[in-house]
Amino acid sequence: MTKDRIDRRFAALKAQNRAGFVAYVMAGDPDAATALEILKGLPAAGADLIELGFPFSDPMAEGPTIQRASQRALAGKMTLNGTLDLARAFREGDQDTPLILMGYLNPLVNKGFEAFAKAAAEAGVDGLIVVDCPPEEADPLSDALEAEGISLIRLASPTTDEKRLPAVVRRTSGFVYYVSVAGVTGVKEADADAVAPAVERLRAAAQLPVAVGFGIRTAERAAEVARVADAAVVGSALVDEIESAGKLNENVTQKVLSKASELAKAVRSARQETV
Amino acid sequence: MNAPVQASDRPNDWSAYPDAKGRFGEFGGLYVAETLMPLVLELDKAYQEAKNDPAFQAELRGYLTHYVGRPSPLYFAERLTRHFGGAKIYFKREELNHTGAHKINNCMGQILLAQRMGKTRIIAETGAGQHGVASATVSARFGLPCIVYMGAVDVARQKPNVFRMNLLGAEVRPVTSGAATLKDAMNEAMRDWVTNVEDTYYLIGTAAGPHPYPAMVRDFQAVIGAEAREQIQELEGRLPDAVVACVGGGSNAIGMFHPFLADEGVKIYGVEASGHGLDTDKHAASLTGGRPGVLHGNRTYLLQDDDGQILDAHSISAGLDYPGIGPEHSFLHDIGRAQYLTCTDDEALKAFQLCAELEGIIPALESAHAIAKLPQLAKEIGEGGVIVMCLSGRGDKDIFTVADALGRSI
Repeated sequence: MTKDRIDRRFAALKAQNRAGFVAYVMAGDPDAATALEILKGLPAAGADLIELGFPFSDPMAEGPTIQRASQRALAGKMTLNGTLDLARAFREGDQDTPLILMGYLNPLVNKGFEAFAKAAAEAGVDGLIVVDCPPEEADPLSDALEAEGISLIRLASPTTDEKRLPAVVRRTSGFVYYVSVAGVTGVKEADADAVAPAVERLRAAAQLPVAVGFGIRTAERAAEVARVADAAVVGSALVDEIESAGKLNENVTQKVLSKASELAKAVRSARQETV
Repeated sequence: MNAPVQASDRPNDWSAYPDAKGRFGEFGGLYVAETLMPLVLELDKAYQEAKNDPAFQAELRGYLTHYVGRPSPLYFAERLTRHFGGAKIYFKREELNHTGAHKINNCMGQILLAQRMGKTRIIAETGAGQHGVASATVSARFGLPCIVYMGAVDVARQKPNVFRMNLLGAEVRPVTSGAATLKDAMNEAMRDWVTNVEDTYYLIGTAAGPHPYPAMVRDFQAVIGAEAREQIQELEGRLPDAVVACVGGGSNAIGMFHPFLADEGVKIYGVEASGHGLDTDKHAASLTGGRPGVLHGNRTYLLQDDDGQILDAHSISAGLDYPGIGPEHSFLHDIGRAQYLTCTDDEALKAFQLCAELEGIIPALESAHAIAKLPQLAKEIGEGGVIVMCLSGRGDKDIFTVADALGRSI
């Protein structure tokens, strides 16, 4: 069961009394080969979990940074199957780092949930986040994923009230993703003071670790979040490095991984500083 | 000749759709980000309450009568009937509404709902600009700020409507992502909504999107079919043999069709835009040339590639230039209650000119797609038969596009 990899990782983090650093990159950004190089380098750079985006033509929940990443990936002919190929290639060299795919529902509908779940499990994928699939519509997808031991990671947001919370965490496993701002990815900044009680509430309801994302762009903010959450997710700030390195003709992989190291350090040392 | 179609005694049990989960059969539903879920559930509740509140309905009727100018006439298109030969053709004159299209029916309903919900900021998406103009109009009338998202390509090809929206006090935000047309404008409106959840009302212009929009927009547009159904019985003492409307997202069509769904003798025809042709990659016929998938909050037929990426639609008419379709049309298509025909850019252009020349009515290019199928349907139904077509909008906005297509500079 591949979701064990997520459980093991969070158990290890807990034993070390630190939060995890979750790095998000888009499959095929800036191209398939470089994306694989980045993926392979992320664990050594300090990523405890990896979220790998699969591109969609209409990424409604993304800010400009990840919209452009999606467009670059699609321009390079990246697909859902291509993303699974990347996952497989990554897994060949790394048996421990949980790999979560993240994207939108239509490519999954198009492939078929069962076919996707089988292929994802074979590729060594541990979890899936689908932005436009709320719990009300998730049962068919959950059925297919559970059969293959893959976690459907649920999202909660500042608008998720007490009444809704039980529905949101039903049939979830691995961890819960707290979208810390009402908005798209990488635009608004998370309010660390507001994040702490939300994380507590979610943890109690789901009995699972809580990762926080959508509003973390800097090492400082990542550290703030890492003090209260079980993991901090950074996406747009990494993708920005891919874009700017490409424009400046710099080594893309090096630049992204160095940013990842900086963020990972901040996350890893966050709780030590406060003690 | 068939016996004239009489009105059914049965109630319109098609109102049972959508079900409690917002589904029309396997279509529709509620596919939005978690941040928006509480909002759409709240909207559903607020709409159900408003729908059943006689005071809300009376207020809406008042504005439809005195501000929009309803009922719109049902007009016998005598010269086109003679020209085509066959069944009598009636136009439901939605182009005579205030702002020149059917879009205002829905906007009036939704702006009253937005006010009732205490929302203070209106956002909308628009393709041709007709829904944008209607949204800007009702926002001006009720004193609410209005932001309209419009693809940059559409901003360029629909300049008069952009200026019209500005005159009405709305801010038009050009959207450059993707293909910079209607679907991208809708993405950007969703992004605005998810960012401004506290005060913002998203005024969707077509019978698509997450539940309750497809049902709500249909209900507000069903005034078209309900009036036409009464008017044709007054004029002809019977129901029509067929009703016809163009379909992009499909709001004028579902508004025309819905009140006739239970009248089994009434044939229902939607007309999709097939652009340069169904065998090219430049069309907008989601039902005829697409497959079911999930986009913009609902499961419906979509134009998509092998990987499930949404394709760019094409139509000469900006209002039909959308790669999806309202979920109720997908349902009616699959169960066979409605038939969906297609019309190319060229056919629409010819119909546009013919209608102007023979009836003195310049139709919207959208509506011209429905007109283009009338010769075929009038012959099929034959003499003694009756067809009602929704003339959804006026064509003044399209004169630059048409002039360009005809090689004329104006």
